[in-house]
Amino acid sequence: MTRARTFGFAVWDFIVGDDWRTAIGVALALALTALLAAVGISAWWVMPLAVVGLLALSIRRAARGASRGG
Amino acid sequence: MSGAEIGLALSVFLACAVEAVEALTIVLAVGSTRSWSSAMGGVGAAVLALVVIVAALGPALTSLPIGVLRVLVGGLLLIFGLQWLRKAILRAAGLKAKHDELQTFNEETQAASAATTRRSGFDGYAFTIAFKGVLLEGIEVAFIVLTFGANQHHVALAAAAAGLAVLVVIAAGVAVRAPLARVPENTMKFAVGVMLSSFGMFWGAEGAGASWPGGDGALLAIVPGVLLVAVAMAKALSRSAHPALVEQPQSTPTDTSDRTAVGT
Repeated sequence: MTRARTFGFAVWDFIVGDDWRTAIGVALALALTALLAAVGISAWWVMPLAVVGLLALSIRRAARGASRGG
Repeated sequence: MSGAEIGLALSVFLACAVEAVEALTIVLAVGSTRSWSSAMGGVGAAVLALVVIVAALGPALTSLPIGVLRVLVGGLLLIFGLQWLRKAILRAAGLKAKHDELQTFNEETQAASAATTRRSGFDGYAFTIAFKGVLLEGIEVAFIVLTFGANQHHVALAAAAAGLAVLVVIAAGVAVRAPLARVPENTMKFAVGVMLSSFGMFWGAEGAGASWPGGDGALLAIVPGVLLVAVAMAKALSRSAHPALVEQPQSTPTDTSDRTAVGT
């Protein structure tokens, strides 16, 4: 593996961590906020909803993983 | 000092204190088993590397337009915060092992004793393990210092809070001459997760163009709101968790990062 790939993997692991779905969810929520704000619709509520939903889903996945792993 | 500045200083202080406690355990283990001078050399080299990272990236970040900076930093802080919070909730519910500094210390001590004996005055093993331990724990703190500090144009305040946390932990370590096993690490990680998620949500939405009701005052509702949601999730998960699933404390020598997958 090249050093660049190793570095890339390290950066990915550092920023995204072990739950890439949460990172994607945060990016999508920010994009939706920007989209709504751009067309003049109040968008502050998007992020709180996204945070609660993403956290709940992430915990559910982790709890299921823990129960499968024993 | 404004509420946002207090939040910044408190978040950085807590995050840095938690990581410093974990780094201290590693340094204590290799220092007491192998060589204090080489271990301290590793600590010095790692701190120097962290200072260079903050000094190099700080001005670059603060030069970004505020909108871009807020959406970038908000998003990253939110991703970080949700990971800290998820693991803290799983630990609180008993589904993830709590960090045990005494166990980590014992494992590091055994590994250090078993490693090749040094031939000269300089102990490469002690230097490398101390360097890795401090650098790995410190990079996450450097990231938090940079993002929080740059967003509020207070990198110096964030760095001061981080430095104060390190000094407090070192003073406590010198006083007790043992790993700081009684520090409520999970509670502190819970608090850091709440703060990172709250500020990440606030700045991310502002950077994306949204306006919070009440402006900066919205943080007074966001922080307690995130805390309440997280506590409720921990309690609900705790009630539903089967006792057989509860993990016993475990640790991973030289890799005490908080970003390890559940069950690994």
